[in-house]
Amino acid sequence: MSDGAKQVGVVLVSHSAAVAASVAELAAGLAGGAGAAPVAPAGGTEDGDLGTSAELIARAARSVDRGAGVAVLVDLGSAVLTVKALLAEGDELPDGARLVDAPFVEGAVAAVVTASAGADLDAVETAAREAYGYRKE
Amino acid sequence: MLDVLDGDFFRRWLSTAATAVDREADRLTDLDSAIGDADHGANLRRGFTAVTEALAGSDATAPGALLALAGRQLISKVGGASGPLYGTLLRTAGKALGDAGEVSREELAQALRAGVDAVAKLGGGAPGDKTMLDALVPAVEALPASFDAARDAAGKGAEATIPLQARKGRASYLGERSIGHQDPGATSSALLIAALAESAENEKNAEKAKNAKNAKNAGGAA
Repeated sequence: MSDGAKQVGVVLVSHSAAVAASVAELAAGLAGGAGAAPVAPAGGTEDGDLGTSAELIARAARSVDRGAGVAVLVDLGSAVLTVKALLAEGDELPDGARLVDAPFVEGAVAAVVTASAGADLDAVETAAREAYGYRKE
Repeated sequence: MLDVLDGDFFRRWLSTAATAVDREADRLTDLDSAIGDADHGANLRRGFTAVTEALAGSDATAPGALLALAGRQLISKVGGASGPLYGTLLRTAGKALGDAGEVSREELAQALRAGVDAVAKLGGGAPGDKTMLDALVPAVEALPASFDAARDAAGKGAEATIPLQARKGRASYLGERSIGHQDPGATSSALLIAALAESAENEKNAEKAKNAKNAKNAGGAA
């Protein structure tokens, strides 16, 4: 468990603002609404086009940072590379921000539900990664 | 031969690169529409416009600081995969140069080698995958010989991506259909290295003119 009532934050980075926002809504809804961990979408570019914005990612990460770490889930391509480059930079993302290697939708639900239960960042990451193993047949 | 590269040289390189990207943006986007998502030219133009503005607003003089500043802008502003990749290239090279006020071509080659290694690590690519590495790797290998050799190697490397099948990025989804098109990332990498050679050439000419003027003045005083 994390110290006190601090919850892990979750950032969802997609090339599409609509995808990021919808997956955030889905994950928060399935986590039970009130008491759900902070989750923020960072979708598309600042101009509203398809793409990735380092500034939207940094802003989203700061907005969900409660001091217990931030799990960053990404869709593909430039979203992955931008988050990795920001983490390498050192001061762009809050301390304790971490790229979590997980399927975007299933991983987001697992991460937000787990974070909402008060789990620490390692447990949130593990839950999100395990979503790769959910078979559907 | 240019032996010492100062902050002014690096500012000119980046500004020459920004001009080249602006001039070639449509061509880069055309290449990208064949095998990518048709945004490479516009993305890089946005990134290098931000680089130009950031350099104008900064009083940094150390080559390393200037490259790191430019890299940061590219990561922030490009909006496509080329942003973090070129940003990592310049930022890593900038860090490798530290805060020295002047660097040699050898030192620049070593720093760019570190940058290229970081790009390969970030993207998980290797030469032959039809990426910017196909231009950058031969360029940094040739740079210790001369700026012109680096420019030629980058240009050849970019052209050599035409028959390759893409193994990284969106183009890799096309499989064999990516064959027959020059890679946009390798093409913009060749532009960046050509801008470096152009800046060196201009500096050499400026020095020659200065020396000629000094010689003339010295002659007049004698």
